[in-house]
Amino acid sequence: MTLLTVDNLTAAFGQHRAVKGASFTIAAGEKLALVGESGSGKSVTAQAILRLNPDVTLSGRALLDGDDLLALSEARLRRVRGRDVAMIFQEPMSALNPVQTVGAQIVEVLSLHLGLPARAARDEAIRLLARTGIPEPERRVDAYPFQLSGGQRQRAMIAMAIAAKPRLLIADEPTTALDVTVQAQILALLDELQRDFGMAVLFITHDLTLVRRFADRVAVMRDGQIVETGSVAAVFADPAHPYTRELLASRPDPLAERHDAAPVRLAVDGLSVSCSRRRGWWRKEAVPVLQDVTLAVPAGRTLGVVGESGSGKTTLALALMRLIDSQGQIRLDGVRLDALKGEALRATRRDYQMVFQDPFASLSPRLTVGDIVGEGLVQHEPGLPPAERALRVAATLAEVGLSPDALDRYPHEFSGGQRQRIALARALILKPRLLILDEPTSALDATLQKQMIALLLKLQRDHGLSYLFISHDLAVVRALAHAVLVLKDGRVVEEGPAAALLAAPREAYTRSLVEAARLGDVSLAAPLT
Amino acid sequence: MSQSPAARAWARFKKNRRAYVSLWLFAVLFGLSLFAELLSNDKPLAVRYHGQWYWPVLQVYNETAFGGDFDTPTDYLDPYIRDRLAEPGNVALFAPNHYGANTINEFTASPNPAPPSSANLLGTDDRGRDVLARLVYGFRLSVLFALALTVVGTLIGVAMGALQGYFGGRVDLILQRASEIWGSLPELYLLIILASFFNPSLGLLLVLLALFGWMGLADYVRAEFLKNRQMEYVLAARALGVSNARIIWRHLLPNSLTPVLAFLPFRVSGAILALTSLDFLGLGVPASTPSLGEMLAQGKDNLDAWWIALSTFTVLTATLLLLIFIGEGLRSALDTRKG
Repeated sequence: MTLLTVDNLTAAFGQHRAVKGASFTIAAGEKLALVGESGSGKSVTAQAILRLNPDVTLSGRALLDGDDLLALSEARLRRVRGRDVAMIFQEPMSALNPVQTVGAQIVEVLSLHLGLPARAARDEAIRLLARTGIPEPERRVDAYPFQLSGGQRQRAMIAMAIAAKPRLLIADEPTTALDVTVQAQILALLDELQRDFGMAVLFITHDLTLVRRFADRVAVMRDGQIVETGSVAAVFADPAHPYTRELLASRPDPLAERHDAAPVRLAVDGLSVSCSRRRGWWRKEAVPVLQDVTLAVPAGRTLGVVGESGSGKTTLALALMRLIDSQGQIRLDGVRLDALKGEALRATRRDYQMVFQDPFASLSPRLTVGDIVGEGLVQHEPGLPPAERALRVAATLAEVGLSPDALDRYPHEFSGGQRQRIALARALILKPRLLILDEPTSALDATLQKQMIALLLKLQRDHGLSYLFISHDLAVVRALAHAVLVLKDGRVVEEGPAAALLAAPREAYTRSLVEAARLGDVSLAAPLT
Repeated sequence: MSQSPAARAWARFKKNRRAYVSLWLFAVLFGLSLFAELLSNDKPLAVRYHGQWYWPVLQVYNETAFGGDFDTPTDYLDPYIRDRLAEPGNVALFAPNHYGANTINEFTASPNPAPPSSANLLGTDDRGRDVLARLVYGFRLSVLFALALTVVGTLIGVAMGALQGYFGGRVDLILQRASEIWGSLPELYLLIILASFFNPSLGLLLVLLALFGWMGLADYVRAEFLKNRQMEYVLAARALGVSNARIIWRHLLPNSLTPVLAFLPFRVSGAILALTSLDFLGLGVPASTPSLGEMLAQGKDNLDAWWIALSTFTVLTATLLLLIFIGEGLRSALDTRKG
């Protein structure tokens, strides 16, 4: 039986149409995945069903049991929201009210939609928290969102969403902001709740492995339109639309192994970083963030660093860049970087550069691309005439696949993928020997990710660059890294050649990472085709 | 078409009709007032007397030069001199309004303060000075003073905020406490005390008001710097080996000036109001200086002379309104979330 019929839905922000005539149906108790890249209009579609965004002009129909949600009065729609159709969001920290306890927020739903009295509502909230797998629910019901971990917050969000036993749950990228192991748990929880409650789920994601693991049917969205719909098995086995084929092929290929030896370029010995935390009024206490990390990156090779958030990956990168204080030896081609200070250190900086995670935060919005990329030359080759500098900038931009007319433009005119190329050009222009890449692909869509990986591999071949590649995405690490180092709580847990280590991890922690990344039956060794 | 963020902000500002028109009106009024000597002056702009050219605005001529008896600077409003200048062959080119800021019209038809007449378009004040002339000069003085105060206060505020925000830690802690103590000094009492020590002058007022006017702005700049110095583009610049001074100047400052720019018109209007209030209370500039506050005080003392209070009030309100409209437009133009 059809629960929701979305018919020729369009959604427009002013002149810009984000959704252009999308149609799909969800049957009662069915799990439909709406998959597409960022900007394809999938979140706008989800919000349009409940008319959550007042700035959007909607047309078309969204029939829930025959009632058109797009034509319903605001008062009647409010009874549908949260009761018949509930929603969970990507970022539980911003979706939960920070100044109210999670219990109070669940109770609000219960008293609003089910009219439960305060006492009963609180008991029910505790039951719901227990049901979503939060330990010690009697205590956690009075916790504020910041007192919970990311996974627990998302569980609390889910408890809120299922409080009124909705018939349709819209989950908008519910696992994207979480670590891989937590991702797997949340997905399992959603799956279990869906079966127990018999509710339908509209699961919005950009991640095909999640689709395969979770959904019954899939709708592929591109540029505001649904280009293909079908059962998961059928679409994955035999994609009809070229865009679906492109998406499915966007998993990166694993890197071939290298057995020839290469001289060591970066050698790190006993690197430790601690930050001080205030204890009481005057006393301070050192909290170790990174402990006794020893690693080596050979010339022209890539070392992948993996670990969950909070494991110290970015701290390692910043310490190696000498941007934060650390103890221990850092040697680049024999030069002790950790012993240098001030002007001497500044002079060596051209040899090692870094590409940051967020291409939107890593480029100053008020400088032109030419100024951003050329800054290193101004600093390290001040004698260079401006005309020649512009030539070098243009050549570097060409190398990362950008046309020279980007020179006088500003970062806001570029997409995320292009911005990451600009950041790469800024790092490359000084011809460094070591490049530290801190999750450079995690903010990019799958197809762009694949292009970025290809570009990085080409640059490594052309210039003999050494990479220290930080990522939480094991598939990307497998595609780029020759060796892998696993970090947990600031310590090295395991390291070794990428293929061998990821195929047969020795440590339980690494195994759980690999397990979680192998969601569904997408194997790391054999990429999805 | 590639546009810098500044150019896009300007395009957004132009879309706001009220702010754009206000900016033009204010610019025209201020521009005209800069040439107040040509608009409202008791000296003729140019005189041709007995075949010779004289430039009374630029040079002082004694009455003897125009056939008078006294070897003193010429009073061009004196009927005797007027008659001399009106003789055939002589030319006197007067400014549109025949009075300077401190010219006393000795020839008003009614006692001072005299109501508006064809001689004094907005009447005279209680000392017989032309209200229109004093308004023109007072407006210029207020705006110039406010601009100077805004520039000085903004420079101090930005510098202090940048210092605190960029270096953080102990520097921030000490400067922040110092500015809190400084900010809690009672400004008005200090002004009253100092006004009894020194002869109040514009320069002294500028220094005093600037010393107490930078704390609010420094807080905003400090917050912006604290936020922006954590941004990855600053880390990237440090990773390139860029020096602290250059990072502050090239990377942090341009990205931290949004609150400064958005507050500028409000600071100008605040400064105008501050000077006006001090003058009104008699703590401001000397009485001979044309000032809106002094005129408001006169208006209060001579309530029956409605033309003084009403015209001053109108000028003051219009100026502040224009600045607030400009400020509103600027604030929304600098909001990058739009367009």
